[in-house]
This record gives sequence, C-alpha cells and structure tokens, in this order.
Amino acid sequence: MATSSPTTDLPIGMLDTVTAAADWVIVLPVALALMGSAGLLMFRRSNGTPLIGALIVVCGIIACEVALLLQVLANGPVSMTMGKWLPPFGISLTADAFGATFALAAAIVTLIVLLYAELDRAEADGRDAFHSMVLLLLAGVTGAFLTGDLFNLYVWFEVMLIASFGLIVQGNRPMQLDGAIKYGFLNFLATTFFLLALGLLYGLLGTLNMSDIMRVAPAANPAAMAGVAALLMLAFGMKAAAFPVNAWLPASYHTPTAAVSALFAGLLTKVGAYAMLRALVAVLPASRELLEPALGLLAIATLVIAPLGAIAETNLRRAIGFVVIGGIGAVMAGLAIPSLNGIAGSGLYIFHAILTMTALYMVAGLVEKRTGAADTRQMGGLYAASAPISILFLVLVLAAAGVPPFLGFWPKLLLLEAGLAEGVTGAAPTWLGTAMVFALMINAVLTLIAGSRLWAHVFWRSGPEGEGAEHASTSLVALDGRGRLAFGATAVLVVGIVTIGLWPGPLMDGIRAGAADIADPARYVAATGLAGDAQ
Amino acid sequence: MDYVLAALVGLFITIGTYLLLSRSVIRMLIGMTIFGNGVNLLIFTAGRVTQEIAAIVPPGLDVPEGPIANPLPQALILTAIVIGFSMFAFLLVLAFRAYQSLDADNTDTMRLAEPERSPTPPLSY
Repeated sequence: MATSSPTTDLPIGMLDTVTAAADWVIVLPVALALMGSAGLLMFRRSNGTPLIGALIVVCGIIACEVALLLQVLANGPVSMTMGKWLPPFGISLTADAFGATFALAAAIVTLIVLLYAELDRAEADGRDAFHSMVLLLLAGVTGAFLTGDLFNLYVWFEVMLIASFGLIVQGNRPMQLDGAIKYGFLNFLATTFFLLALGLLYGLLGTLNMSDIMRVAPAANPAAMAGVAALLMLAFGMKAAAFPVNAWLPASYHTPTAAVSALFAGLLTKVGAYAMLRALVAVLPASRELLEPALGLLAIATLVIAPLGAIAETNLRRAIGFVVIGGIGAVMAGLAIPSLNGIAGSGLYIFHAILTMTALYMVAGLVEKRTGAADTRQMGGLYAASAPISILFLVLVLAAAGVPPFLGFWPKLLLLEAGLAEGVTGAAPTWLGTAMVFALMINAVLTLIAGSRLWAHVFWRSGPEGEGAEHASTSLVALDGRGRLAFGATAVLVVGIVTIGLWPGPLMDGIRAGAADIADPARYVAATGLAGDAQ
Repeated sequence: MDYVLAALVGLFITIGTYLLLSRSVIRMLIGMTIFGNGVNLLIFTAGRVTQEIAAIVPPGLDVPEGPIANPLPQALILTAIVIGFSMFAFLLVLAFRAYQSLDADNTDTMRLAEPERSPTPPLSY
C-alpha cells in the first residue's frame, strides 16, 4: 500500500488489544442479519417459523443499534477494525450519528414491513425464502450505513442488490420480470460505475479507507480527484434515482408486492443518497466544491421534474415512485449547500424518507387490496368505506410535501434556512442558494398537488372514473385478518411518524451532532485511530 | 505495459457501452460482462503492474526484501469478479425467464410495466 513505509514495524500495523466489548454493537447488527438470513433458509419449509425467526432477529438488531446510537451520541463516532489489522490496512466499520440513526430507522421499518408482508402471503408461500432475503437486504443496508471503507461499501451495495433481485421477482408475474430487467441492468451498471471510481481512487491515493482518504486526498491531483468524484456522483445518483438517471425506479417499483415496494422505497434509494452525502461532503469535500454547480442543477431538476411525473401518473404506486424521486432532490439540495443546516437537512430528510416513503407504499398496498385495482382511474369511494385508510394516506401526503407539523417539515425547514443563508441573507449571496429555495418551495407545492389529487381520486371520488356515482361503490373488498394486521402495522408506523414530527427535539439534536461530524470529520478520523499518525 | 493495459481498458469499456446501448437483452448482457471485465482490468492496472513477485515476507524479516506485486488490487478484483459473475448469472436467468414469459428479447417490446400508450393524466379535480 502506498501509504506504508518499508520500515513499518509489525506491532504498529497490528491491533494487539481486544476490541472493547461495548464496541461490538457496531458489527453485531450486520452479523445478526447475515446469520439470521442463512439460518432462516433452513426453516423455510415450516409454516410460520421464518416470520417469527425474522422478527426475533430484527428485534435483536434494533436493540444493538439503539445501544450503538446511544454510545455514538454520548462519546462520538465508534469504530471497530476487522481482522486485527489496523486501518488503513484492515477494514473498519465506523458509525457516526448519521449512520447509526439511519441504520436504526432501516431496522424499524423492516420490522414493520415483515408484519405488513403477511398481507400478500398465502399459506403456501412458505418456501420462497422471502424472510431470508429481507434479512439479507437489511444486512446490506445496515452494512452500507455503518461501514468506514469504500470498497466495503461496494460489497454492501452488491449484497443489497442481490437480495433486492430476489425480492423483486418474487411472485413471478410477467410484469415483475419486465420491471426486474430494467431494475437489474441499471442498478448493476450503477455499482459497476462505483467500482470503476474505486479502481481509479485506489490508483490515485493507494487507500480506500474513508478516514485515510480524507487525510491523503488534499495532496492528490485535484482534476483527477474531481473526475473520480463525478463518477461517484453518477453511480450514487443512479442508485438514488436522481434526475436524469431515475428511469429505472418508476419502471420497477410498482411491479412487486406492496410490501417489497415499501421496503425498496424506504431503504434502497436512501442508501444511494447517504453514500453520496458521505462520499462527496465528508470524504472528498474539495472535489464536491468543484462539482457544486452540477450537483445544484441536478438537485433543482430532480426537485421540480419528479413531482410533475407524480401529477401526470394514473398508476397509484408509480405516482408515489415519483414522489420518492422528488425526495432525493431534497437530499441533493443539502449536498449543494453544505452548511451545517444543509447537511443536517439532508440527513433529516433521509431519516424522514426512510419512514414516510415506506409508509406511503404500505398504504398504497392497502388501497390496492381494497379496490382490487392498481390504477387510480379504477379506484374511488374508499373514503366512505374506510376513513382510517384515507386519514393515513392524507397524513403521509402532508408529511411528504413538508407541511407542518408533520415530519417532512423539519428537514425542509433546515434546507430552506441553509438556502436562504447561502442565497439571500449571507455575506456573498449566490444564485444557487436562491434557486434552491425556489426549487424546494415549488417541490413542496407540486408534491402537495400531486398527493391531494391522488387522495381525491382514490378516496374522495365516489366511484371509479366515469361511473355516475350517487351510491356507495360496491366493488370494494373488505380486509381479512391478514389485512387488518397489515393495517395495524401501517398505522403504527404512521403514528410514529406523526409523533416524531410533533416532538422533533431529540432527533434534531442527534442529526445536528451528526452533521457537525460530517462537516468536520476530525472526530470520525480519530475514532478509526488514524488522526495522531503522522505520515 | 501500463499503457497497453490502459488502452485495453478503454477498448473494453467502449465495446461494453456500445453493446449496452443495444435494444436486445442478450447483447446488453454481453455488454455488461465486457464492461465489468474492463473495470476489473482497470483496478488491476491502477494498482500498478509489476513483475510477478509474490507478496511473501521471507523468514527472519519484518518486510519483504525488494518490491513485490501489490496483493490488494488482486483481492479487490477477486471480490469484484465473484460479485460480477453472480450478478451476471442472475441477469442471464432473468433474461431467459423474461424471454419465456414475455416472449420478448427487444426491450422496446417489453412494455408490461410501463404501457406504451400511457393514459392521459386525470382531468378531474
């Protein structure tokens, strides 16, 4: 490795003390998920066991992540080195407040989706290893949130990808195969671009450990580094479904069962957005500055164009897919104006999107179950039949658009503050900050229009399109026992979203601490043990 | 040697990109493989190509005597090859299943998930 000198003494390169027991919480979530996934494969023939096993494993993961989050909030970032080789030689898992919070949110969402998934599962479905693949997906997502090494991040991306391949084709309907082809090719291409960037980065710097890159990157050729950063932006932009590389998301997210859609919407694109935040703002800040106009324009385009797609779309889940894409624009807005407020806004938006987008798809699944249709033109009259579902949907629409006092309001507030400070009230106002403020406002209004139109068509209109409806619609199906379980799971998630929205204080404190660590990574680097090491 | 390999990487990526732009899923698969192999070769080249001296520390010494082949890019490529191969295998089966049930290899005719004549936006409300 380029950073090692020929006189390196073995004890310096090796870790000779045992990792403190408390630090093990950083690797346990990933290990539990992987082992649980493998273990459940053995029980997939028995009825009910996989679900119970998966619930137990996810509860264990949540417990570890709560412990990890408390430790991070109390003492700053936590790092654990694998295989006794000290970084930059060994691979380190490093968690700061952002990573730990998102990992916890992902695990909670997975727990709820596991219960919700019973909605579409029949008794005979026990052998498809659904729960194994959900745990594998969670392992990939958690690993991506907690890793401190870029190549390791690539491996977690691929773990996530292969698990999502398995999930998206489950059910084997022709439409799913169609969606899976588009999803599969474009996402595989995105991770290949990521690998391409990693190869170049390794050639330039001789290291792939994030903390080590932060130390050696300023000395490298800025033009070459900007090229690598642009490739990373393209790769993560594709994973996050940012404009203009978002085509795979509306083509595929509505094809699998509602539970799988919900899981994907909550987890996959957010990992891409988080990776972009981590790589561009924390690891390669100098290159991000060069790319700032591009990042800003893409953020504005994503913010404005995506909700227009949601307005034009008649398929319910495809329309929500466009709302998901619009949210990625908000995350990118924070990357283009990375003041403390901007970074905190991005982070908080990722957290909000993990919960809210999952819940939106879950409600959409309930709606599809009750109406028996996927297209809003064939829906209607649901308000009279089921007011609770309509309330859940409306709350989530308001949360996604960022209407106070719901959860989506707080990240938008932080982002607007950052945009105003950059574009209007700051010492040297820039066009980017002003444009970002406008784009965020337009996005909120358009998302609200799209969401309320969906609500009006699905719930408020008394029957399917063209039906002269003076009487209640008769084509609605009542929810059975599994449906009521799914409804309960959705309601729990929505109540959680509302509660956090009404009482965001602790969350804001945690996210601000995380943003401070992203903006000034000294504590993050120190946690991996690289800070005092003069090269 | 580095320059030859770099040109080869460029060639692989070019051919891969060209094939990926095709409408036929089978051509896209081949393009994906060539593209992936170009990237693997790039990691190999970026890790500096040296004479094939194994990275083994002789007995009695703490570090190897002379320059050695960098083992890390080899480890990276090995990981990438395994992952790339499994992804390729999955996509191959997926393409075959799609051909069976959609009766289509041309992506232009795969319009189940996104109907070609998409309905106009609803005009009510």
